[in-house]
Amino acid sequence: MSDLVFEAAVTVVLLAAGYLIGRRVELLHYRSIAEREGTWLPVPAVTARTLHDPRPVVESRLVVGSVVVSVDFYKRFLMGIRTLIGGESVSYATLIDRARREALLRMKESCPGADLFLNCRLETASVFKGARGTTGSVEVIAYGTAVRFET
Amino acid sequence: MNAAMILTNVEIVPGRSIVEHYGLVQGSTIRAKHLGRDIMASFKNLVGGELRGYTELLSEARDEATKRMVAQATELGANAVVNVRYSTTSVAQGAAEILAYGTAVRLE
Repeated sequence: MSDLVFEAAVTVVLLAAGYLIGRRVELLHYRSIAEREGTWLPVPAVTARTLHDPRPVVESRLVVGSVVVSVDFYKRFLMGIRTLIGGESVSYATLIDRARREALLRMKESCPGADLFLNCRLETASVFKGARGTTGSVEVIAYGTAVRFET
Repeated sequence: MNAAMILTNVEIVPGRSIVEHYGLVQGSTIRAKHLGRDIMASFKNLVGGELRGYTELLSEARDEATKRMVAQATELGANAVVNVRYSTTSVAQGAAEILAYGTAVRLE
């Protein structure tokens, strides 16, 4: 009986920690994303494959940004319930959204002199999955071709 | 990495013209995570967020795959690789394969 109470208490503590710390981390991350997206706004990342700009190109090269994220204990618990009743899981969606935007920002930050990012691709892969006792983590890669025009 | 090699993920190199195509070149690597990083990651699993160790591991792996692809292109006499793609697959428990592939070309 006392074992059961102990286990329940541990779960509650983990849930609370996951919820409180996870929410705090998410809030700070979103704030940083919004700020950096603002500074990078003049340099568009487009999915177009061709260049519609008359200016001559000085330099072009491949740029990559990536991030690996994992979900917190609280969100995993919510997901457990969610899989019983079905429907959209907002908690996981925000995590992947953060990862994608972060990857895209890292891609842009790897080439500060660029004027345009052509053919941007986002790829999501579930990596290191299947090991017992571990949660698979999600990797997001953003890549494209950075182009610098003659000034 | 070979500094002279130009990589893009569009069919052309903007501002340059392609004179010869050499066909597909590829590079890949399989990386397993190690225990130290795994312990940190399992702690991170509690609070969520970025797993920096894994991010580094995978970007090192991607650099390696790119390097191998570039080496193959150099062997063919190419000076650029266009239409580069990356793909990540989980091949075994705790291991991931990173593949980079593209078309080797020679620019004017």
